[in-house]
Amino acid sequence: MDKTDNSQGTLWEVFIQANAGIPHKHAGSLHASDAEMALQAARDVYTRRNEGINIWVVPSMQITASSPDDSGAFFDPANDKPYRHPTFYKVPDGVKYL
Amino acid sequence: MDALNTAKYELCLRLGDSALMLGNRLAEWCGHAHIIEEDIALTNISLDYIGLTRNLLTYAAQIQNLGKTEDDLAYLRDAHQYRNALLTEQPNGHFGNTIMRQFLYDAFSQLYYKALFESSDETLRGIAGKAQKETEYHYRHSSEWVLRIGDGTQESHEKAQEALDELWMFTADLFDTDEHYELLLKNKIVPDMGKIKEQWTKNVASVLKEATLGIPESTYMQKGSLQGIHTEHLGYMLTEMQFLQRAYPNSNW
Repeated sequence: MDKTDNSQGTLWEVFIQANAGIPHKHAGSLHASDAEMALQAARDVYTRRNEGINIWVVPSMQITASSPDDSGAFFDPANDKPYRHPTFYKVPDGVKYL
Repeated sequence: MDALNTAKYELCLRLGDSALMLGNRLAEWCGHAHIIEEDIALTNISLDYIGLTRNLLTYAAQIQNLGKTEDDLAYLRDAHQYRNALLTEQPNGHFGNTIMRQFLYDAFSQLYYKALFESSDETLRGIAGKAQKETEYHYRHSSEWVLRIGDGTQESHEKAQEALDELWMFTADLFDTDEHYELLLKNKIVPDMGKIKEQWTKNVASVLKEATLGIPESTYMQKGSLQGIHTEHLGYMLTEMQFLQRAYPNSNW
């Protein structure tokens, strides 16, 4: 049996948008039989304390993740490239959101 | 209390007691639902109904003007003084029984509070404003479940149909009215129950049809909650709910 499909329904990942204009953030996961029920369960489980204004639910199966084995090839090469960080610029006065 | 205040008091008990019983029934599911997601959903809905109870019984106590509180009304009356709809006191049974009871009541409250938002009474309008958003969600939740269990497996379908058959005879009681209600209607404080019933019948029939469930053919309907005549289940609920206040009067925390 697939790990994401059992008697509780399939596994879904929940993403919550806290406010307009900012990205959805991963909040957690849950079990549900289908998209509508996943949406409702996400509303009940993850937005009880005013956490958000919008919800995405995605079947966990649909997420392709990098493997821990890939981490050397994927991420280490970025270690010695500090010039990629925008830290060599002077921030003009008055710029609030950078 | 004059006639109009008496009628308003009765209405607050009618709606408040119904919310109180459903809230308590759903709270019984805490820790027992088939998945944790539904456990949280049922208790969320339970707390919505308890919140609604508090608003309505606080207003009832205020109208009554005898220095009583919402708690006095919730915990210190006897069974025949409760005005909750018979449907709301029916036992939880299995999940299908609970969801069917919830669906039949949510279909009512969703329409009722939306209509009550037009009330000429400012406090009731305020209470209805908050309740209509909550009940809209409750209805969405329970009707989606009815679709899934009704049009699910052979076993879930049979259990859903059985639940519907058992509860159907309590549905007419939801729409029962008396002389108090007529007076409120005349003063534009409450919506016309006939219209609510008509819309409820349409909505419920449409969901049940999609859920492949049949409306019971039996036309026998049990009423009586407006006169305080309840089913045997209310007494057991009250025994448990009121235990603390009866055993330790005026206890507080």
